[in-house]
Amino acid sequence: MSKQYETVIGLEVHVELATRTKIFCGCSTAFGAEPNTQTCPVCTGMPGSLPVLNKQVLEYAIAVGLATNCDITRYAKFDRKNYFYPDNPQNYQISQLYLPICRNGGVEIETAQGGVKTVGIHEIHMEEDAGKLIHDEWEDCSLVDYNRSGVPLIEIVSEPDMRSAEEVIAYLEKLRLVIQYLGASDCKLQEGSMRADVNLSVREVGAKEFGTRTEMKNLNSFKAITRAIEGERERQIDLIESGESVVQETRRWDDGKGESYAMRSKEDAQDYRYFPDPDLTPISVSEEMLAGILAKQPEFRTEKMKRYKEEFDIPDYDIDIITGEKPLADLFEATVALGGQPKKVSNWLMGETLRLMKERETDASDLCFSPENLAKLIGLTERKEINSSVAKEVFEVMFEQDIDPETYVEEKGLKTVNDEGALKKIVEEVIAANPQSVEDYRNGKEKAIGFLVGQTMKAMKGKADPGTVNQMLKELL
Amino acid sequence: MANIISDETIEYVGILAKLELSDGEREQAKSDMGRMLDYIDKLGELDTTDVEPMSHVFPVQNVFREDVVTNGDDREQLLSNAPQEKNGMFMAPKTFE
Amino acid sequence: MKITDMTAVQLSAAIKVGKATAVEAAEAVLSQIEREDKKYNCYVTVDREGALAQAKSVQEQIEAGTLTGPLAGVPVALKDNLCTEGLLTTCSSKILHNFVPTYTAAAVKNLKKAGAVILGKTNMDEFAMGSTTETSAYGPTKNPRNPEHVPGGSSGGSAAAVAAGECIYAIGSDTGGSIRQPASYCGVVGMKPTYGTVSRYGLIAYGSSLDQIGPLTKDVSDCATVLEVLASHDEKDSTSVARDDTDFTSALTEDVAGLRIGIPNDYLGEGLDGEVKTAVLQAAEALEKKGAIVERFDLSLVDYAIPAYYTIAAAEASSNLERFDGIKYGYRAKEYEGLHNMYKKSRSEGFGEEVKRRIMLGSFVLSSGYYDAYYLKALKVKALIKKAFDEAFAKYDIILGPVAPTTAPKLGESLTDPIQMYLGDIYTIAVNLAGLPGISVPCGQDGKGLPIGLQMIGDCFQEKKLIRAAYTYELCEKKF
Repeated sequence: MSKQYETVIGLEVHVELATRTKIFCGCSTAFGAEPNTQTCPVCTGMPGSLPVLNKQVLEYAIAVGLATNCDITRYAKFDRKNYFYPDNPQNYQISQLYLPICRNGGVEIETAQGGVKTVGIHEIHMEEDAGKLIHDEWEDCSLVDYNRSGVPLIEIVSEPDMRSAEEVIAYLEKLRLVIQYLGASDCKLQEGSMRADVNLSVREVGAKEFGTRTEMKNLNSFKAITRAIEGERERQIDLIESGESVVQETRRWDDGKGESYAMRSKEDAQDYRYFPDPDLTPISVSEEMLAGILAKQPEFRTEKMKRYKEEFDIPDYDIDIITGEKPLADLFEATVALGGQPKKVSNWLMGETLRLMKERETDASDLCFSPENLAKLIGLTERKEINSSVAKEVFEVMFEQDIDPETYVEEKGLKTVNDEGALKKIVEEVIAANPQSVEDYRNGKEKAIGFLVGQTMKAMKGKADPGTVNQMLKELL
Repeated sequence: MANIISDETIEYVGILAKLELSDGEREQAKSDMGRMLDYIDKLGELDTTDVEPMSHVFPVQNVFREDVVTNGDDREQLLSNAPQEKNGMFMAPKTFE
Repeated sequence: MKITDMTAVQLSAAIKVGKATAVEAAEAVLSQIEREDKKYNCYVTVDREGALAQAKSVQEQIEAGTLTGPLAGVPVALKDNLCTEGLLTTCSSKILHNFVPTYTAAAVKNLKKAGAVILGKTNMDEFAMGSTTETSAYGPTKNPRNPEHVPGGSSGGSAAAVAAGECIYAIGSDTGGSIRQPASYCGVVGMKPTYGTVSRYGLIAYGSSLDQIGPLTKDVSDCATVLEVLASHDEKDSTSVARDDTDFTSALTEDVAGLRIGIPNDYLGEGLDGEVKTAVLQAAEALEKKGAIVERFDLSLVDYAIPAYYTIAAAEASSNLERFDGIKYGYRAKEYEGLHNMYKKSRSEGFGEEVKRRIMLGSFVLSSGYYDAYYLKALKVKALIKKAFDEAFAKYDIILGPVAPTTAPKLGESLTDPIQMYLGDIYTIAVNLAGLPGISVPCGQDGKGLPIGLQMIGDCFQEKKLIRAAYTYELCEKKF
């Protein structure tokens, strides 16, 4: 490859909003229900049914727009996007083309070189999700489940401002964090509550014009996004180098095979015949409405980091990690509010919590233990009612099923034995049974006492405080 | 007749509207659509510079519903009209190869 | 007086004082249907069992004193584009030949709450697209005043059923004249209220920004009474308007003194049948004698209403009718290869000619490259038409004219030339574009004995003025 190429990437990010009900009807959005049990005439396209906008959807969309520095459109409308597909019950999707709710925004990301760059946001619009299609092997047909039909989405359309997979990931992380902080969505790529379509073109370094772009769909993880970007860059460069041209088209990424294929068909005219939906009234965003939403905006990450630094004596590294996931920051603050010492709370999150999250591939938003129980656990260790290895054991159970550590420790008899007499008896037995170690210690081998502590803990089935045992051994020797 | 509708246009509109016309219907459609468009072209006589397109007659705005679940499960009813169903779902010809 | 000759107000009064029962009323009308409907084909579906069961239950509630309204126990016919839970609703189309809705339209719920007894579903032009009821997949309806003629459309079945005594009153929908024009052809009263007055939830959409539900009745009192029950603010219809002036029966007074009535010169010009013109002008004179101030004026843009209307209505219809795809309900072709072929076959076999014509046109005017030139242009012309009406209503309380250029044409004479057929809507169509209320009242007949209709158009939310004028005119007529 003689020439140098630059990759130009823009993203269309769909985010499922965390509303209780769908965008245009009162059906639940809860995940995992039996097929078609969360449906009504509206979200299944029954003749005669009509949509009515869920106010929370508008508020979330505006909140995301404000948090990403967008202009809020004061007079917005919904349009119909017409195309036939079985997951689309009306065969039109209610979306926004002509007057989307937010425009002209942008977020800052850190680049690999350590600099800061702005990724522009062209627009954010509200729309309805489609149903789910399941392929039935037996009948060789598709089965349609409309539970997801009408779940509210916002589509965040970026400018073609990104130049590498790293920048794309940084941009997505930034969006995810902002939206999670707003509580507008949990933004899970794997579960599809955040989906990114990648628009990509390549051009020779220094070229003024953009090349022809393709749109890549079906990207379910950051890894898939990275691989798809690399793959598509290579594919386009190969085409150009061999004198062919890139076709503007939509392609589907197959992460298993590591390749993409065109989704075109003769019956797919890509002419959506958008027009204003006569069934929905225009939206007029008043000053009061904006002020109300602004007043409800939460403390975002940078503000939070600053406050943590001032309020809590914990390392910058911890602050960075904890505020990097909204659920961790929430847990941290709630546990501290319940009396947990900030440093200790931070240690639990940074140590055991992160370790188990990694080991079990748990998302921060899926953490199930409550701040109350974490505070109780910290209390138990502070009062030396359990030692640290017991605490870790208890925490692991808490991580799984949010048990009350006080009750658990009581029931399982894990409390440290603080009965001096009982402990002394065991220690004396250990001394008597291990003359060699005693000899070594007395001859100046400090390490030998470790073995004796271990033997004592073993005899106590772990229910002693190692510090106390150590102290007692030293006294007796 | 100013608007000549080609076979390609009818074919294209057929793809958009999911309609398949017989040869006879196709000729009729070409002529009907051409005549209708000629007739609609009359609108071009009016100067509409600076006129806002009017999609709603009344200034009704901001009609919202609260985010409260109001619908239960009526799957059985929903599926009662389905030409074909299986496992609580609508059955459609397969959507991808 | 025979039950089938009574108005709704008369019948409910008779039921209230025990001279008749709701069950007797239902039986009388059902046997009239049995006798007459073979001739006229007003109904797609007659729900005999259901009607009798409702009548029994309504009668019990009337006797218990829980149902006291002026429609309690009165049998009604519904246009077949209004969803009725458990009762076949076809839109007179093959594509919905077996469709049984899972819910009931909001307007129909209002009627049921008032104790209406639903007889069945009336024939119409397929998906309300047509002016003669001949585009129905279930055969044409015939005009009871002369069965060689059409009843008008698209609510032709409803208008004919009222005229034939096959119901006491009926409900229709009006997108471009579909209540007023068949009312005129069949010699009954029909009204299209201001857009947003009656909930569209459960009305199978044709042109969403134009559709309104309204009554077809034997006289103006019934019209006001039924509209009062139909009208309500509905949270399920975003375009529904909250009004506190829907006590329409309060406008049933004989008083037009000082009422300013304008007759557009454009509504009396070329194309208008001489007998129709004479009858309409005589009606205006009658109102003038009662104290109204009648003037001629120029309402501009009349010729542009039809092209603007057909662009907008076809565009909206092309999208509204996309949901009929053979997957969730209705007709699916027997043989097909793959998904898109299934769509095409089901829709091509399921829809009739006129519906396909409008879907094609609508898809075209919205398609890439034509949207601005056709659809957007039509929306701009709509704004101009609305403005022309605003100017007219600054001078007049009511605009008066004919409903249609002629009386009912013979069966089979209209469908050959679609544009000629569309031209017949010239006096009614602009009313829908501007969202205005309009009423059609009988004003005599032509030499062949076919009824002529008088149309009065009011400014938005001014139904009461229309009812007052129509009621006053009706009283003059009765005195002749």
